[in-house]
Amino acid sequence: MIYALCIVLFLLGLYGVLVKKNLIKIIISLAMMNNAINLFFILLAYRKNGVVPILSFLQPNANLYETAVDPLPQALVLTSVVIGLGVTALMVALAIRLYYVYGTFDITKMRKLRG
Amino acid sequence: MGLLPLFVAIPLFSALVLGFIEHKKWIIHTLVMLTTSALVILAFATPLQRGFYFVGGYHPFVGITLMLDPLNRLLLIVVQILVFVASWYSIGYMEKYTAKSKYFSFVFLMLAGMNGIVITADFFNLYVYMEIATIASYALVAYGGKAHELEASFKYLVLGSISSLFILLGIALIYSQTAALNMMLVAQRLDVTNPITWLIITVFAAGFGLKSALFPFHSWLPDAHSSAPAPVSAILSGVLIKVVGIYVLLRFFFNIIGIDQAPLTLIAWLGALSSLVGVLLAMGQHDFKRLLACHSVSQVGYIFIGIGLGTPLGLIGALLHIVNHSAFKSLLFLSAGSVEHATGERNFHSMGGLAKVMPWTNAASFIGFTSIGGVPPLNGFWSKLILIIACVASGHWILGLIIVIVAIMTLTLFPKIQKYVFLGDLPSKFQKVKESPWSMIFPMLILCFFCITLGALIVVPVLRETYFLPAVQALLSGKWLGVFQSAP
Repeated sequence: MIYALCIVLFLLGLYGVLVKKNLIKIIISLAMMNNAINLFFILLAYRKNGVVPILSFLQPNANLYETAVDPLPQALVLTSVVIGLGVTALMVALAIRLYYVYGTFDITKMRKLRG
Repeated sequence: MGLLPLFVAIPLFSALVLGFIEHKKWIIHTLVMLTTSALVILAFATPLQRGFYFVGGYHPFVGITLMLDPLNRLLLIVVQILVFVASWYSIGYMEKYTAKSKYFSFVFLMLAGMNGIVITADFFNLYVYMEIATIASYALVAYGGKAHELEASFKYLVLGSISSLFILLGIALIYSQTAALNMMLVAQRLDVTNPITWLIITVFAAGFGLKSALFPFHSWLPDAHSSAPAPVSAILSGVLIKVVGIYVLLRFFFNIIGIDQAPLTLIAWLGALSSLVGVLLAMGQHDFKRLLACHSVSQVGYIFIGIGLGTPLGLIGALLHIVNHSAFKSLLFLSAGSVEHATGERNFHSMGGLAKVMPWTNAASFIGFTSIGGVPPLNGFWSKLILIIACVASGHWILGLIIVIVAIMTLTLFPKIQKYVFLGDLPSKFQKVKESPWSMIFPMLILCFFCITLGALIVVPVLRETYFLPAVQALLSGKWLGVFQSAP
């Protein structure tokens, strides 16, 4: 059920990218899509009443494998967040340059390319 | 197999060093030529058998695995040679732009990403490399900084990010089904009868189809590929769409899913539609580079037809067309860039008679045009012939007919441009035009050589047995089962 909500968030972002006319709103929608997938990844690793996946010599936990949450998706999401940051930064930079050139954020007014 | 990480490490290191050198032109040029030629030599030095490299020495189920087999060896060689040629060409071509070292830095980042995609055997690692390659390419498309370049880059960036996110969703679904990211392990554990697997296939086909400009998703390609500087267009059209889109789809369909015929037929028909749409779009263009970019859509369609047939002959045709298209389309982009460099003009209706002042560019683009049109001894002929035979042999004669129609349209399209650009009377404003410098002509001549001789890849038995058939065999051997026997 909660996975379906992530997909709904993803589709909402996709709707925003396809429908909105403002560059900034498109960028926000893309960030939303990215966060929806990050959330999905994190939820995959979730385990009810799970423990922190750290091997400790002070407090050995024999059944860590059965009780710990999966640490791998968290590592992947960290990477994915950083990549998303890079993409967003590049998009914002391009939007600023486009604003200097056209004097507007409206994509329907940017019409140098056709066909 | 210790060579494998070098394909990522060398260009990454050069990109870093180039970021610090600003003004010493000769250091930049020497470093660029040394790096790219070293990579070409390395690509030929890789062994022929399948081999693995385990990053950090971890067990393949835990760590990242790099893999080399005949298929990615073939693609590695193509990528290194093409980037070598395009970088050599850039040394002359990029003189009119500023910040040359930053340009080469981006090209090397893109190269590192592409090499990483080709050699990796881990899904998330694939995603990271894909983002490195495509983010560098977004920046390179916007490199000129003019209005239409920024606009094309933004469009490419939005659609590219959507496709990347679809792919990331697919990877998340794969992880949820198999608890693995290693491709061999996923191939063993993925259950094809599960409906989630079909969701994964759909999401991946949409994501990688968008990256490789398959028919319903082709709208970004003409803008992005024609707005970039010419050598970057050559890399984008020549290898990036194939490595990022087609290669990964090939691996996923044939080696990981072990797909059956129904979805492949759909892909073949989408390929046929994109070849028709691409060539029709190309017919309406007045801009030299934009026409070439539109035509890339149609050639990608050919490759997808070959993949969609799923027969050995179809795959041979598709792989051969990947190699051939990267040779002749880059050659044409480079000659279009040479014309633009000399005249400052891209609309071919206002040109004419350039053959008198630019004989080498004329010769190069003539060879490119005959090759893309499929004139017999040149390379384009062989792959189209094999694709048509494969269509007819597997009973899809309508697909074969579409290939023939598109080939005829291509053949009528390009002599027209040759006439507009190079033949006829020289307009008075172009009387003082000079031929481009030798650093731009030599790379074009190298690609001319490949256009003439690449037919040998399929005709000469020794080359066919060493380079080509093992690559097709790697795909046809089916799912990767039992590659790593022991569980952790």
